[in-house]
Amino acid sequence: MHSQAAAVHPEVHNPALLHHFAEPQQQRDAASLGMWIFLATEVMFFGGLFCAYLIYRIKYFGDFAAASQTLNAALGAANTVVLICSSLTVVLAVWAAQHARRTMLLVSLVLTIILGFAFLGIKADEYKEKFELHHVPGASFQFQKSIPGHPDQMANPQHAQIYFALYFIMTGLHALHMIVGIGIFTWLLYSAWRGRFTPEYNTPMEIGGLYWHFVDIIWIYLFPLLYLIDLHK
Amino acid sequence: MAIENPQPERVNYLNKEYGIGSWLLTTDHKRIALLYLISITFFFFIGGFFALLIRLELLTPAGDLVQADTYNKLFTMHGQVMVFFFLIPSIPAVLGNFLVPLMVGAKDLAFPRINLLSWYLYVIGGILMLHCMATGGVDTGWTFYTPFSTAFSNTKVIEAGLAIFVAGFSSILTGLNFIVTIHRMRAPGMTWSRLPLFIWAHYATSIIQILGTPVIAITLVLVVAERSLHLGIFDPKLGGDPLLFQHLFWFYSHPAVYIMILPSMGVVTEIIACFSRKRIFGYSFVALSSIAIAVFGFLVWAHHMFVAGISVYAALVFSLLSYAVAVPSAVKVFNWTATLYKGSIHYDAPMLYAFGFLGLFTIGGLTGLFLAALGVNMHVHDTYFVIAHFHYIMVGGAVMGYLGGMHFWWPKISGRLYPEGWARLAALIVFIGFNLTFFPQFILGYVGMPRRYYQYPAEFQVLNVLSTAGATILGVGYLLPMIYFLWSMRYGKPAPDNPWNAAGLEWKTASPPPTFNFDQEPVVTWEAYNYEELDAPHREEVPVAG
Amino acid sequence: MAGSVDALYIFLLIVSGLMTLLILAAVVFFAARFRHRRGVPAEQIEGSTPLELIWSVIPLVVFMVIFLWGAIVYFKGRTPPRDATEVYVVAKQWMWKLEHAEGQREINELHVPVGRDVKLIMTSQDVIHSFFVPAFRMKQDVLPGRYTVTWFRATKPGTYHLFCTQYCGTQHSGMIGNVIVMEPAQYEAWMSGGSTGPLSATGEKIFSELGCVTCHRSDAQGRGPNLQGVFGKPVELADGRTVTADENYLRECILDPGAKRVKGFRPIMPTFQGLVSEEQVNALVAYVKSLSPSGKSGTASSPAVAVPVKAPGRAVSKGSQVQ
Repeated sequence: MHSQAAAVHPEVHNPALLHHFAEPQQQRDAASLGMWIFLATEVMFFGGLFCAYLIYRIKYFGDFAAASQTLNAALGAANTVVLICSSLTVVLAVWAAQHARRTMLLVSLVLTIILGFAFLGIKADEYKEKFELHHVPGASFQFQKSIPGHPDQMANPQHAQIYFALYFIMTGLHALHMIVGIGIFTWLLYSAWRGRFTPEYNTPMEIGGLYWHFVDIIWIYLFPLLYLIDLHK
Repeated sequence: MAIENPQPERVNYLNKEYGIGSWLLTTDHKRIALLYLISITFFFFIGGFFALLIRLELLTPAGDLVQADTYNKLFTMHGQVMVFFFLIPSIPAVLGNFLVPLMVGAKDLAFPRINLLSWYLYVIGGILMLHCMATGGVDTGWTFYTPFSTAFSNTKVIEAGLAIFVAGFSSILTGLNFIVTIHRMRAPGMTWSRLPLFIWAHYATSIIQILGTPVIAITLVLVVAERSLHLGIFDPKLGGDPLLFQHLFWFYSHPAVYIMILPSMGVVTEIIACFSRKRIFGYSFVALSSIAIAVFGFLVWAHHMFVAGISVYAALVFSLLSYAVAVPSAVKVFNWTATLYKGSIHYDAPMLYAFGFLGLFTIGGLTGLFLAALGVNMHVHDTYFVIAHFHYIMVGGAVMGYLGGMHFWWPKISGRLYPEGWARLAALIVFIGFNLTFFPQFILGYVGMPRRYYQYPAEFQVLNVLSTAGATILGVGYLLPMIYFLWSMRYGKPAPDNPWNAAGLEWKTASPPPTFNFDQEPVVTWEAYNYEELDAPHREEVPVAG
Repeated sequence: MAGSVDALYIFLLIVSGLMTLLILAAVVFFAARFRHRRGVPAEQIEGSTPLELIWSVIPLVVFMVIFLWGAIVYFKGRTPPRDATEVYVVAKQWMWKLEHAEGQREINELHVPVGRDVKLIMTSQDVIHSFFVPAFRMKQDVLPGRYTVTWFRATKPGTYHLFCTQYCGTQHSGMIGNVIVMEPAQYEAWMSGGSTGPLSATGEKIFSELGCVTCHRSDAQGRGPNLQGVFGKPVELADGRTVTADENYLRECILDPGAKRVKGFRPIMPTFQGLVSEEQVNALVAYVKSLSPSGKSGTASSPAVAVPVKAPGRAVSKGSQVQ
């Protein structure tokens, strides 16, 4: 396959150049555009959930506020910090790959993965808390809380259950994407350790980084919309 | 008896490697296109079989062929299979996959392995669907409205939902691949304005695929979650809103119909240009119309909900926008017709399908105006009028375009010529059978026969019988190409590189093409649809790669 | 109503027919006239921007005409006249249960007098259904959890098909019935043949039995808002919004009192979800409506005072679910 490609392109070429591309820049541009388009599909995917959430929030304002206030904003904030730091380590890793700094690359990748696990760990803690409070939708769901600002009116548990259903689906899907991200970065770590990335070729790092930043941004939207929005009522 | 080739056979993408492994692990877009061809044809006949049973039941007013529950499963699965496993992939996954790289002058799509992955996702979705059908099926209607689908149906809603979810990713990846290919892989000299309109059509289609499909994906996730965990997102008894489901569902499913028709429009454009021997009239307008349809198509979803309980003002907005989206489609019909003017017209089978498309799509599109009219919609919504309308577009439009394209590019794909006489006969049979099947349904709808009914008042019987008669004729028309295409693979005349003397880079390479499409990278120095040059024998032929 | 739908339909038929004939004629003519002939090449015509504009603008204008016409017909169809006779409809898998305001109950049949406006206030017990009478050229989806409304005025005595036209499960095609339009005299005769009394009277009984009357007193001393004259009027809510007290609002107050609590009242009303059937909710709503001069009581009454009611076309859409 390579020799055939070499016959078509007699000039010396990067072994990472795939046969159907004319030159490395084209391959890079294609990979980058492909990842951006994929991220656009993810925006639409999460977008449906955000839409449903916003519509119900308008409809069941008080009940959703009550439910939101039971979230652990401190843990959520911790997770936000964790993710922002991990985006920093990702940026450092991409830069390191582009500048052939092997140690920095490997360390940044390892840190990114650790931070990813930290995020999941904190999330697991949060979910455990919700489970103990019987806020997980299902047969054992319970919700006894008054509507913020109206201490004599109890929130409607059915509406609160919708809140928590959306909460778990949104954060759960996000966590799933985090797990995939950790998987991608584990593979990137392995490739980096094998010396696969050079200043000429580090496209997987670049597009892996794009994916991680995107997952981070989804959280940047989730956190205020779910946790912060009714903190002070 | 096989016809002997005068020369030893050239190496092409078909004979380069043999063995099932070379097919199942291929990254060649042309082989993947054939893998899709086999799978979607398989599902087409499954969906068609369900249609046959439906039409047989509807021969008589009483529900006497199958039980009510069975009938409900039949129309549900007919819809799901035809929409998600036939129409949505059809042209993009078969003709698009095969032709997009060739038409832009590339060696393959941007992401060949993702292309193969998209086929496997389709197959996995298909297997899930088959399993669902074999173990009880689903009876929610292809639209699976809540709360029936989430809280009342006793059938395999979750499995069907998962099957469609997986197949949806196949669609997304195809769209992604096409967009990147069209942006980044065009050969030198292939500017945007030199692209065949088939490419513009697929570009517009791909935009819809990547932006719309994720929304049905998340809707399916919510439905599956609600059904399995007894949540209340769409169930009024638990505080949910069934109309929210409909908005989310139709936000994708309306643009989805443009996924189904735009590629067909692209095919028809190529055929009309070739068999009129002239450049398409109004190239820029046709190209922009495709984009306009894709964009406006996202703004009209609630025209499926005029009597669903939305506010009058919302209905007004969506009706207005629905008329806006009708304009670019009308513009295309006029441009196709104008292309015929002062052309040099040939009546080969692909052109017959294109003519059929023109007539049937016009009727189907015009009946869309009826449905977009709020006052009429109140009467014909959820009746056979709607069924007739969308079958005119989907079958009279999309499938005619698909068949026309299969005939037009068959020599390129297979290296063989199909038998022209049989092909023209099949086109005629399809056209007659189609009209007989579906025109009576407009009348049936206006006099009040609702959708999804397996028993009906006796006064509706005559029209139903006509429709069933047409369906049997249509079935014959569809079987014929199956038979003679297969026949041609062994006994058909070997095809020259360019049997139609058509414009387009795909015709400048061998039939069938070599694995990497072109022996040398093409350099484009001519405009699209250069039929004047192609038909001018005294002019020196423009230097061509290979 | 049906006439105006048919008129628009015929107009559409004419426009579409002309358009189809035009395209068909052009295609057939061009295909024949410009059939390929040896030595006669095709003429390469790039296009014509003026032509493109013409055949974009003219269809758009025609479409706008159709749109406006359709919008007017639709608006009328979704705006029940003020003095329409009311019938409450409860759809369930797989039958139609109807109750006239005067109290007559029917299953799968609806008797109405010719020439009278009839307004249907509909809800579903389970899944989405749709009330469709082809002869009247009208349909309206019937949703669980809220009221939807439609209306008609029958112009010819006769028996007409009633179909459920939103797929609802096994016996969807069996959920059919008849609308029986009678001469006024016949209708009166039918009406007098047995009923349990006006719906609002039934509602009044339930109102008392369930204890509503203890809080919703007609003086200003009640722990709940006074319901006299509340129907159709704007109501200020505790959360600052203002909604119109239409049928959907009344229904919501009974089943989910916390959602739109009236300003100035404490959140102590219990929910009656699960404790009342759809028919009982209908009766209660009818009763509360009868406490307003503009509401219907099911008895022959002509209010002297015309109370400004809801804005046209918003009969039951304020304060309810996603539109």
